[in-house]
Amino acid sequence: MIVDITQLQPGEKGMVVDIQGGWGLIRKLDALGIRRGVKIMKISSQFLRGPVIIQVGGTQVAIGFGMAKRIIVDKI
Amino acid sequence: MKKILLMGNPNVGKSAIFSRLTGVHVITSNYPGTTIEYTKGYIKLRDEKAEIIDVPGVYSLSALSKAEEIALRMFEDGDVIINIVDSTNLERNLNLTLQLLKKKKPIVVVLNFWDETKHRGVNIDVKELENFLGVPVVPTCGITGEGIKELVDRLDEAKEGSIFYETDEDRWSIIGRIVGKVQRLTHRHHTFLDRLGEFSVKPLTGIPISIIVIYLTFKIIRFIGETLIGYIFEPLFDKLWLPVVSKISEILLPYKFLHEILIGTLIDGKIDFGLSFGILTTGLFVPVAMVLPYVFAFYLVLSFLEDSGYLPRLAVLFDRVMHLVGLHGVSIIPMLLGLGCNVPGALATRIMENRRERFISAILLAISVPCMAQIAMIVGLVGRYGSSALFYVFGILFLIWLVLGIILNKILKGEAPEIFVEIPPYRIPYFVSLFKKVWMRVKWFLNEAVPFVLLGVFIINILYTFRIIDFVGKFTEPIVTKLFGLPSEAVSALMIGFLRKDVAVGMLAPLNLNLKQLIIASVILAIYFPCAATFAVLIKELGIKDMLEATFIMIITAFFVGGVLNLLL
Repeated sequence: MIVDITQLQPGEKGMVVDIQGGWGLIRKLDALGIRRGVKIMKISSQFLRGPVIIQVGGTQVAIGFGMAKRIIVDKI
Repeated sequence: MKKILLMGNPNVGKSAIFSRLTGVHVITSNYPGTTIEYTKGYIKLRDEKAEIIDVPGVYSLSALSKAEEIALRMFEDGDVIINIVDSTNLERNLNLTLQLLKKKKPIVVVLNFWDETKHRGVNIDVKELENFLGVPVVPTCGITGEGIKELVDRLDEAKEGSIFYETDEDRWSIIGRIVGKVQRLTHRHHTFLDRLGEFSVKPLTGIPISIIVIYLTFKIIRFIGETLIGYIFEPLFDKLWLPVVSKISEILLPYKFLHEILIGTLIDGKIDFGLSFGILTTGLFVPVAMVLPYVFAFYLVLSFLEDSGYLPRLAVLFDRVMHLVGLHGVSIIPMLLGLGCNVPGALATRIMENRRERFISAILLAISVPCMAQIAMIVGLVGRYGSSALFYVFGILFLIWLVLGIILNKILKGEAPEIFVEIPPYRIPYFVSLFKKVWMRVKWFLNEAVPFVLLGVFIINILYTFRIIDFVGKFTEPIVTKLFGLPSEAVSALMIGFLRKDVAVGMLAPLNLNLKQLIIASVILAIYFPCAATFAVLIKELGIKDMLEATFIMIITAFFVGGVLNLLL
């Protein structure tokens, strides 16, 4: 199922299939290992459209809600 | 001299290795972007002395952020690169390693946090990794010092790597191949710290945890501060210093002017460290016995929070609140630093991406975040009326912070960028680095603050002696007395507040203000202008034009708030 990472529940995993943004956003995410084809796991979300935390490899990253909306995954 | 650069991602323990290699006191911490200002030290290699530079931590060399830009620029001047890699996080870290190797400079790769690989179920074949990269690879542990000697011994084996790639995808596929070959993952045990890490970012558990952490932070700071003052500093001043200055006072009594400046006014024929206002009495007592204990306690607790990795989690939990004032969660870090001293807080506004954010956070910091020196004095003065009086002062300051932030967010063009920050695992702080860091910060306070306090006390006495204060007091009387409801003598405190806020609060003590006046004066002193040191830093950080705008906002805010409080309280 194709969703963005704000729609995942904590503990759910997905494979990144698309990053809907320009070159800047893609590079920014790439530097922390978030790119097409990698598996991520959602760790937590906050109330009121707060940041989303995902785990990618051994790293946990907090991502603002709007940015998280642009990371599209295929839910595993 | 040969230049050796330490490069790596943020949170890989780079600064700990740096202090191991150099023995120089450096600031180490655990949140991304702290080493924006680089640190430098020296190492002796056989007969030759070399320079070691701690480059800001970056995730890549694409020069997207200020830190990456600086890192790239520094890289160009380096002779040898020590690339520090978090061995529990090999894949992501190799991303930078490959970018460094592509640039063809002599490199040694360091696998730090080697001790953590065991319980995290990570097995890395070091020899195999050396073969792939074509450069020396040394496992280390910055905290125990394991592997540091080997690193130094192998520095002259540094060489250009044997890896090349064309595109980003190319790079990641090479990394994938290397990691697949050299790393074996076995079952990892979730440690207590891992679980705590997760609990502290989930809202249902994270928010209560953050409230407990903040509450404990203030409790501990107050406890350490009060204990040091009550059991060490006050007795020291009363038992050891009082007899000395009393003697000096007797000798100086005939020389009225000198006595006034060095000893100050005698209260009931005796020296009173809080009220006399001479350089040798109040001038020393305020920074050393009233402020220093709190500054020490504050930096001890803050440095612990930094090095343990809690601050990025706090940034996540407070992200929504910070968005109200046009910032994102990470900007809570300059605000917290500002509670210690506004100067490092103002410097830390650099970690923010754009000008709008830096402007908002600098103004909010300068206006409504009182520094520990000022807080200590307010606690000493207003605290006599009980906790609720203190609650008033700090509650009003928080309200100003919030309302002013919301207004600035509305009127300034643009939007708050979004938070994007690594949440490092919790680590138990390495107490040697922790104490080094606290010591550096306390030393900085002593060097910077004490001379200003003494100068402040000196100027006050000159102003009084030449009746300049009376003169200015007449001019400003309508504002000070009518608008703010304070006695006209309070103008002297407002004047000295330009120099040092703690001295200024101290000057309110002899004025016999009532509680309402004390609250108003404390709040106005906090908001009307930053102290000289902060002002100088802000001009550098924001530029003259933005600083003039900021100053205008400060003055308007002070008049408005002072007037409103006088009507309402």
